[in-house]
Amino acid sequence: MNFRHAKTFLLGAIALGFLASLAANQINPYWLFIFYDIGIGIVMAVSLNLINGYTGQFSLGHAGFMAVGAYTSAVITNQFGELNFFVANGIFAVSLYAGGLAAALAGLLVGIPTLRLRGDYLAIVTLGFGEIIRVILQNMEKVGGARGLSVNHGYTNLFWTFGLAAVTVYVVASLVNSTYGRGFIAVHDDEVAAEAMGINTTKYKVTAFVVGSFFAGIAGGLYAHSKQFLTPGGFGFMQSITFVVMVILGGMGNSVGVILAAILLTLLPEGLRMLSGIEHLPGFSAERPLGWIGDTRMIIYSLLLIALMLTRPQGLFSFRRKRN
Amino acid sequence: MLEIKNLTVSYGAISALHGITLSVQSGSIVTLIGSNGAGKTTTLKTVSGLLKPKSGEINYEGKNIAGLPPHEIVARGLSHVPEGRMIFANLTVLENLQMGAYLVRDNKIVRRELEFVFATFPRLKEREQQIAGTLSGGEQQMLAIGRALMSQPKFLMLDEPSLGLAPLLVKSIFEKIVEINRERGLTILLVEQNANRALEISSFGFVLETGKITLQGDSVALRQNPQVKSAYLGG
Repeated sequence: MNFRHAKTFLLGAIALGFLASLAANQINPYWLFIFYDIGIGIVMAVSLNLINGYTGQFSLGHAGFMAVGAYTSAVITNQFGELNFFVANGIFAVSLYAGGLAAALAGLLVGIPTLRLRGDYLAIVTLGFGEIIRVILQNMEKVGGARGLSVNHGYTNLFWTFGLAAVTVYVVASLVNSTYGRGFIAVHDDEVAAEAMGINTTKYKVTAFVVGSFFAGIAGGLYAHSKQFLTPGGFGFMQSITFVVMVILGGMGNSVGVILAAILLTLLPEGLRMLSGIEHLPGFSAERPLGWIGDTRMIIYSLLLIALMLTRPQGLFSFRRKRN
Repeated sequence: MLEIKNLTVSYGAISALHGITLSVQSGSIVTLIGSNGAGKTTTLKTVSGLLKPKSGEINYEGKNIAGLPPHEIVARGLSHVPEGRMIFANLTVLENLQMGAYLVRDNKIVRRELEFVFATFPRLKEREQQIAGTLSGGEQQMLAIGRALMSQPKFLMLDEPSLGLAPLLVKSIFEKIVEINRERGLTILLVEQNANRALEISSFGFVLETGKITLQGDSVALRQNPQVKSAYLGG
């Protein structure tokens, strides 16, 4: 993305989200929830991109931070009954922020002792951390344990989802394009050289982790108030992998690519499902001629991922930012 | 200016430097030669703080800097050009140089240093906006040296600047090193496998063998030394 237009983009996206949310009752609810998933996917993928893409670390625990945010914000809004529109949205905003802060704190707690690790080792520790969060939630009776927590309010709407997605994209882009932010890319390109230049690489890595976790927490809050039911199992390792795939497929360290990947990977399984539901195709006499797609949907999805990685190992878009 | 005393460094259980002692006079070019695995790179990495010493002292301008974190050492005016160039491949040439001045707060100084680097390496000026990963090997080496100069060092450590470069480029890089030393009065510690050239431009040399200093002396004398001749200078 050309950074000069970033602010215009931010305002545009928020305005668009606002207009769309006004028309939300005209949209088929099935699609509406897919749009929420897309927006949440964008927040998750773009924030993970700061850690895995730009800074070149490898976190496999992003869903864990999302869980922290989801449960925190859900617990907060569950304290309240029915409220009028403005108060409700105010409380929702506060709860999202609190969820983000809780996740950021978790990120800091994990970050400081572990970010001295590199590559695979860091990946394993973050994976372990994600699992710890899941197991803790599973055993916390106050939030329903393994039975799950129902969220009383469905506050999530297009405005919040895409507004916050735009804010995430904007913050990550501003951070990485600032003079300070070049440190992230320097750490990514060569940690030893960055250290030799006097860059405090641990500080950069912890910053990336904390900011990334903050937005994962916010995405968690959006998720909680969209699905209105949370189970610890929903934030497992496989969920983290989905976000990592978005980052890798989009092209590590390329925001536009990662956004497209988040959209694509959310739509693809649904699209395949719809394809299988087609009643009649010209030339076919059978009912639901593409029904087999529905049965093998996830296999096709996996094969498409493999094909994409084979043909574009650098991601849909590659990392290099400018060319002369 | 720099005095290393009985420095020992180990990687886990394996000892890489068994107590080396060397000193570098202010304003001079001193070279450290030796074969693969002798401990040359380890020495530089320890001085710049990338490795922690097991024991011994590194006195820089009278203060022991052994074990300090790298950013504090850079702030004291020691700059390290790591082996294999290690430029930031995804940043532009200009951004790479600006990263070198990471600890310099004053923009005027950054601009002045930038001018000096561009004057020394006009090629970098031509490629200012190019992504550094697309530069040729020689240009990347110039960039790595230029980047190290941006932190306003008083003491520059160069690790194998001739590595993987064509002979003509090696010659020009070495000329630049002499130029930087003369024009800026910069003290330089040069690690090289190309012992011939390194001894040509330096005033003093140390020979490192499997973690120990085995020989030292005037570069001119070292070049005449039969041992050095047969081991490092090709007869």
